[in-house]
Amino acid sequence: MERQAAYLRNALFDQGYLDEQFLQLEDLQDETNPHFVEEVVKLFYTDSVRLIQSIELTLKNTPRDFEKLDKIMHQFKGSSTSIGAKKVKKECTQFQEYCNVGNVEGCIREFQEVKQEHAALKRKLEHYFQLAREAR
Amino acid sequence: MAVEDIGSGCSSSGDQEFHVLAVDDSIIDRKVIERLLKISLTAVESGSRALQYLGIDGERSSLGFDELKVNLIITDYSMPGMTGYELLKKIKGSTKLRKIPVVIMSSENILARIDRCLEEGAEDFLMKPVQLSDVERLRDFMLRGGEDREVVGCKRKTRDDSCSSSVLSCDRDHPLSPISVSAMAHCKPISKRSRLLATD
Repeated sequence: MERQAAYLRNALFDQGYLDEQFLQLEDLQDETNPHFVEEVVKLFYTDSVRLIQSIELTLKNTPRDFEKLDKIMHQFKGSSTSIGAKKVKKECTQFQEYCNVGNVEGCIREFQEVKQEHAALKRKLEHYFQLAREAR
Repeated sequence: MAVEDIGSGCSSSGDQEFHVLAVDDSIIDRKVIERLLKISLTAVESGSRALQYLGIDGERSSLGFDELKVNLIITDYSMPGMTGYELLKKIKGSTKLRKIPVVIMSSENILARIDRCLEEGAEDFLMKPVQLSDVERLRDFMLRGGEDREVVGCKRKTRDDSCSSSVLSCDRDHPLSPISVSAMAHCKPISKRSRLLATD
């Protein structure tokens, strides 16, 4: 079980889902804070719901408020960066680039990518945390 | 919950009771900073809440000034409402509070922004995501009692006179003694600056 957890964890790094910021979080985990990483990740997913909803709403309103979209995405990207969500972060950057040039279709398309990566990572991390817990 | 009070962490020195005020609109970053600093910390979500806590927003804060104990303020730059820079200005503009060191954090690598903050009296400018090594520097600073606040002025001078464009040449054996090590901390965004210059 432990090996499975370790394998899954390494895969997440190898496949580019996570970057070194995740390692930083792991470094902050110890006996006094044994679930720190999982707590931060949970917090991220809880908190990002409202940001995603906010972007969705703002994308629906016309004319599109690119400045607002950029601001919300900036927050979302910040949080993603803080947990080491590498692919999510990359899609966020792409989204912001579309915002900067006022490309509506690009934004809409890219936002789907953001959500997909966001959800994919969530599944993988949930699985990993479950294995890690069972391994203890 | 807008204000999170984290009870005394395990500050390794144990001797002094340092208290940090962390200002960040991201709840994730507030949690990480709290864990990074491992020290008694109050986290708030905005500049206006910070000012309320510090008691300089015109309204009465819950603490009398004598009870207020803040050894360091660490704030995000980009926040809705009041930016970290605006908060910095308000703090430095207050006779009560201007001696409290303020550290700015930002995910954006903008030299003009960094300069502006340092000029306004920020103790240091950290790139997000904040790393353990950054925090170790801060902790050193706090454990030394943050005594060299007045070198903020010198810092500016140092930067202009000697550091100039090649901040990379600043190191701990800076010829301009008696600038202390904590003042050198500003040059020490060498790691930041070299990161910054490299990515420009």
